[in-house]
Amino acid sequence: MSTHEEMHPDHGDGHDELGVHATLKGYFTGFLLAAGLTIIPFWLVMGGVFTKSGPADAFILLLAAVQIVVHAIYFLHMNTKSEGGWNLLALIFTLVLVVITLSGSVWIMFHLNDNMMPMTLQQARNLP
Amino acid sequence: MSDTTLPLSSGGTSEPLRFHVAEEPHPPNGTLLGFWLYLMSDCLIFACLFAAYGVLGREYAGGPTGTQVLELPTVALNTTMLLLSSITYGFAVLEMQRNRQKPMMVWLAVTGLLGAAFVALELTEFAHLIADGNGPQRSAFLSSFFALVGTHGLHVTCGIIWLIVLMVQVKQKGLILANKRRLMCLSMFWHFLDVIWVGVFSFVYLMGVLP
Repeated sequence: MSTHEEMHPDHGDGHDELGVHATLKGYFTGFLLAAGLTIIPFWLVMGGVFTKSGPADAFILLLAAVQIVVHAIYFLHMNTKSEGGWNLLALIFTLVLVVITLSGSVWIMFHLNDNMMPMTLQQARNLP
Repeated sequence: MSDTTLPLSSGGTSEPLRFHVAEEPHPPNGTLLGFWLYLMSDCLIFACLFAAYGVLGREYAGGPTGTQVLELPTVALNTTMLLLSSITYGFAVLEMQRNRQKPMMVWLAVTGLLGAAFVALELTEFAHLIADGNGPQRSAFLSSFFALVGTHGLHVTCGIIWLIVLMVQVKQKGLILANKRRLMCLSMFWHFLDVIWVGVFSFVYLMGVLP
């Protein structure tokens, strides 16, 4: 692709624009949202607000998911129209694979741990 | 070879045979889409590392737990560096759109320095862990921790090298279209690494230190 322009200086099929139009407002909005979504979970954990890890885990993961969406929209300029929708299609396909990988691994290995031989005290002491 | 002509044309027309279209149809910005596909495959690598950490993250083998070895103040500083570098790269892209090379180079340099600070902080953290005998060989938790965080750090390091190379290219050739396209690719790469870091600090660090 890098030599493309040198070979065809002006073949006029719309290559002279990169099609991305970033704005200062967009970057600032994204930055403020991202900063807030970073500070809140750090404050919650470092300030010792949570006493039980169950709801805390869920809340942290929820904030992380929201922040990833914020980054994708304001920094990566994702929308349904970029690259004629192929961008979004590839993202959805990847997300499906990611969900299968993560949930599948945790689910299977969780049950595998349950089926392990119990360790004797002697064995536990001789661990490296 | 070049003198012989195939006796194909029945009407006697001497139009040369063409085996492919000189102007092949392709979508505009094919490079950016291709780079996006690369990022998605990179995303799968990180998904596997996250899965490994999700499975092994609580297997301490009698070694230290996350609460004992993970230092949240360092991570908070780290996260700040990376988030700031994301918006400074955004400023560089804005200057690129206005074709102002000098301020763009300044913002790129600031981005590179913030990235370098991030890598330096991370390496300090790793050095402390290894010096205390808590290297990747200590437990499954630390193995998966080093694999995941280390891979991300390696990506950031590659991003910094790419950034320096690109600054040299812009210096030599100016803000030509090819360089602008490369800058947009690096922009996607850099912001993508920030997205991965959001997962790392949430899943590994914040959830790791919770009781």
